[in-house]
Amino acid sequence: MGEILVIAEHRQGQLNPASLEVIAAAVALKEESGHKVTVAVIAESPDDFAGLVAKAGVDEVVKVPVPVASFQSDTYEAAVLALAEARKPAVIMCAHTVDAWGYAPAVAARGQFGCATDVFEMRFEAEGLVAVRAAYAEKLHMEVDFPGKETVLLTVRTNVFKPLEDDGSPAVTSFEAPSAEAHTEHLTFVEPEQTGDVDITQAEYMLSIGRGVGEEDNVEEFKELADAFGFTLGCSRPIADNGWLPKSRQVGQSGKTVAKCKIYLALGISGSVQHMAGMKHVPNIIAVNKDAEASIFTIAKYGIVGDMFEIAEELRDQDS
Amino acid sequence: MKILVPVKQIAVVDEDFELRDDGKDVDPDYLNFEANEWDDYSYEAALNIMEASDGVEVVPVTVGPDDAEDVLRRCLAKGGDRGIRVWDDALEDANPAVVAQVLAGVAAREKPDMILTGTLSSDRSYAQTGVALAAALGWPHVAVVTGIEWTPGDPKATLLRELEGGLVEKLSVECPAVLTIQLGINTPRYASLRGLKQAKEKPVEELSLDHLGLSGDSLAELASFRVRRMYKPETGQAELIEGTPAEQAARLAEIIKELKGAA
Repeated sequence: MGEILVIAEHRQGQLNPASLEVIAAAVALKEESGHKVTVAVIAESPDDFAGLVAKAGVDEVVKVPVPVASFQSDTYEAAVLALAEARKPAVIMCAHTVDAWGYAPAVAARGQFGCATDVFEMRFEAEGLVAVRAAYAEKLHMEVDFPGKETVLLTVRTNVFKPLEDDGSPAVTSFEAPSAEAHTEHLTFVEPEQTGDVDITQAEYMLSIGRGVGEEDNVEEFKELADAFGFTLGCSRPIADNGWLPKSRQVGQSGKTVAKCKIYLALGISGSVQHMAGMKHVPNIIAVNKDAEASIFTIAKYGIVGDMFEIAEELRDQDS
Repeated sequence: MKILVPVKQIAVVDEDFELRDDGKDVDPDYLNFEANEWDDYSYEAALNIMEASDGVEVVPVTVGPDDAEDVLRRCLAKGGDRGIRVWDDALEDANPAVVAQVLAGVAAREKPDMILTGTLSSDRSYAQTGVALAAALGWPHVAVVTGIEWTPGDPKATLLRELEGGLVEKLSVECPAVLTIQLGINTPRYASLRGLKQAKEKPVEELSLDHLGLSGDSLAELASFRVRRMYKPETGQAELIEGTPAEQAARLAEIIKELKGAA
């Protein structure tokens, strides 16, 4: 029996919920492959997380104590490579997160593993593992395989797999990772600035603008439109990066998740994976975009293929 | 002192497109080529370091065919005196693991003090090349960097790394290092017409795999995956609101009212 090795992730003492999604993906893969599922917890105090990842379908939790409390790429690389060397897993899986971006490609390169990032579908076929990911701004999906690779590392897209709810009773073991020379040193975390601005995570109705807004001078009219409809104004990354709206208004992976939102009106937002991570769960997404192929339409309930300025102008007339 | 900046020409698909006959990529007739947005930020970061210190050279490098030279010229129009382009037909459809090895070959020749590159490219979004390059070189690396405090010659740089949810990590890294740069770290300058004109005269060294002591066969073994096929995903989940903009807006207002009432 082979093995699927999941690397759990944590930060500031909290297990990253995305790790539970990856465990769910691994358990689904186990059902078709017969491989056992092992979850590795690499942490200063692995006991803090070992119980949290002991979900139904997990066969083993392996505790890997390391001398650092925070993510440190050299430490993670050394630990994962040593685990891979000891166990020869068929698949190593971790969440497609910022931490994973910082170590997974190095692990794959050093181990000469097969590797695919941002994977949202995986299955075993006669010839081996097949993974599916997107290309060209989500307009296409690409199916990849890994001929000749004994071990394949996958980083798994977040918000795709539903975390398992039932707890299990896996074997709990320990693994001593080789000590790694750390070339980076964590200094501190900088919390997002408290601007006194509205907290978009609490907003029920959001009107968000994206690149389509064109220039800073155009932002105000959408602010007014949002106000007229009782919506909170949000934005995608380029708008915050340009300083046209504060970072606290940014929806997405590196911004905020609009947890309480019921209606999300996306104007001129094409729908990058990073943006959708913050609003994909909203039950009523309405998208207005010039590009009929924009990926936002794949998750929207209602769509208008058109110019956000024209629609906004007509909407204002509707309101008055 | 030298900063090497790997940059990439990315492909953008037309609104309507067809796949290549082998089904493994888009037919090139439907692709447009642009500079990767992330690399605008990494190149700007390198120029900022160059301009703040004396004696710093910034060298853009790309792995791509003849027309990828445009990306280098665009960089050189903003600053920097020379670029490097590596190509071999064996690099068509190359994996990030392979590109990283090629870039490591360039770094071995150039011996830079720092390498700055984009966190990812918007055509394939692998987010692998920079960190895989660091692994190939055995260098320290930090991904998703949104702040750099470093004076060339310093043994360490202090960085900000963007995490999820608006959280930022402050950390230090030993140099030389590979940093992958995130959007928003700076405001990239535009290439001026004058700069573009001047850039035409700047040297771009063309290197083959031979120059780097690499071969297509040895690189093929590094491939970390194989594309089996590409396909259009199922789309069209959204109910499209048709009509004139006035009709569309009227229906939209109605929907919002209904949804708010039901909420």
